[in-house]
Amino acid sequence: MIEVENLTKYYGTHPAIEDVTFTVNKGEIVGFLGPNGAGKTTTMRILTSFLPPSSGSARVAGFDVFQDSLESRRHIGYMPETVPLYPEMTVYEYLDFFGQLRRVPRRGQRITAVAEMCGLEDMIDARIGRLSKGYRQRVGLAQALLHDPDVLILDEPTVGLDPRQIIEVRQLIKSLAGEHTVILSTHILPEVSMVCQRVLIINEGRIVAEDTPDRLKASLQGVDRVHLEVRRPTAEIVGRLQKIPGVQAVQDRGDGVYEIECAPNTDHREEIAATVIQGGWGLLEMRQVSMSLEEIFLKLTTSDAQEQE
Amino acid sequence: MLNMIAIMRKELRSYFASPVAYVVIAAFLVMAGVFFAILVRAQAGTVEASLDIVFGNVTVVLLVVAPALTMRLLAEEQKSGTIEVLLTAPVQDWEVVVGKYLASVVLFLVPVALTLVYPAVLLHYANPDVGPMIGGYLGLILFGSAFLAVGVLASSLAQNQVVAALLAVAILIAMWLMGAFAGSARPPVSDILNYLSIIGHYSDFSRGLVDTRDIVYYLSVIAIALFLAIRSLETRRWT
Repeated sequence: MIEVENLTKYYGTHPAIEDVTFTVNKGEIVGFLGPNGAGKTTTMRILTSFLPPSSGSARVAGFDVFQDSLESRRHIGYMPETVPLYPEMTVYEYLDFFGQLRRVPRRGQRITAVAEMCGLEDMIDARIGRLSKGYRQRVGLAQALLHDPDVLILDEPTVGLDPRQIIEVRQLIKSLAGEHTVILSTHILPEVSMVCQRVLIINEGRIVAEDTPDRLKASLQGVDRVHLEVRRPTAEIVGRLQKIPGVQAVQDRGDGVYEIECAPNTDHREEIAATVIQGGWGLLEMRQVSMSLEEIFLKLTTSDAQEQE
Repeated sequence: MLNMIAIMRKELRSYFASPVAYVVIAAFLVMAGVFFAILVRAQAGTVEASLDIVFGNVTVVLLVVAPALTMRLLAEEQKSGTIEVLLTAPVQDWEVVVGKYLASVVLFLVPVALTLVYPAVLLHYANPDVGPMIGGYLGLILFGSAFLAVGVLASSLAQNQVVAALLAVAILIAMWLMGAFAGSARPPVSDILNYLSIIGHYSDFSRGLVDTRDIVYYLSVIAIALFLAIRSLETRRWT
């Protein structure tokens, strides 16, 4: 549904995104993850034909976003990051205006249906300028959904919402999977694991990782770690543990707590337990911890930044 | 075409949602009314009965009225970011620019239509020459429409409404003064300056002379200004 090839965009001489390539299949929900200024918004603006790329190409629903932009735009529903709206219009007027531009059939009915989907029924005749941030966000989402687009591009869709609204919006997005293809950007990591089937991690304009949230967590840049706690810590523990084959690093966290990093997809708990018992240090607790998405994210984005410096 | 009409209607609704439309219409009518009253007093007892002076003075009012009507149109969209939503809909840049421009022209025609009371009064109580009146109105509409097009161009160049308005006034004054500059120039240059003068093409109309060259001039100003506004909207995204 979305094919992006070697997309590059320069602002002056500074590259905002460089050589970005990815595809999104029909019905998928893909999360676009990255720190601020990584190039998420730039990529989305190119996909929606708001910005032309410096080089490379992008196709949405089979139409080039630059050559065939009018046609590709028909297939996209877009919610920009700051959700810009016309404050002087009512919610109904706003949706009606975009319904006209989008040639939505049976407009009145469709507006009512979308307003209900987004929880806007009670606000339909309210002036947008008087709405709270949460409701504005919903108006933006309703506008993006209005013409039942094949592809939805949502830039930070849950920013500024209260926790209950966040859950509602996430459920709404999840319910769109299958018929709609969704790309959403976010910097909230749990959101990605909750909503998205696949994650693209972007940093400094480049895609640094791409996988399902589970696989990313489990192994991708994988280091499996073991959390260990002993009763009687001694100075030799770190050295002894490091001698176990497959153990890459041991960190002393104090008070008898150690973090042991092991090679990916290996389980050394048995050997670790044996070593602790041999040493007579008094095993209190031992468990495997997988890296959280946060840690993977930080590892990917910070190591990349250091390389470039 | 449908998009253009939808955008025009949306802009007209926005005009009336804010005080801008009412203030502009009221100010225009007050000024035109004052000019008419002065004219009637001046012409009382004479055989003359024409709106010549009213048309002449109203052009000065347009120097302020036109930028006030157009300053918001594109500047505000660019400042608030709504332009991103608008242009990512399947809408072409020219439909946005022309739709907004037409909204300002329609709004401008409202007070102009209301001033038709004055020629009606003249026709009832005196025996004026109808030709110059029709010419005067045609000229006023063309002149005002050219001003509005320049205003739309200024609005496309700025992100701030006040800057857009000041820029429009500056461009319009420069175009207005072309004729004055012509006085101190030599023939080839002075002819060009005279041709470019936006007010120079206006005087014939209120004398009842409708010259195609004048019509072509105003239509060219409109076309060039709108074309540049469309380009400016495009290139803003390229940099």
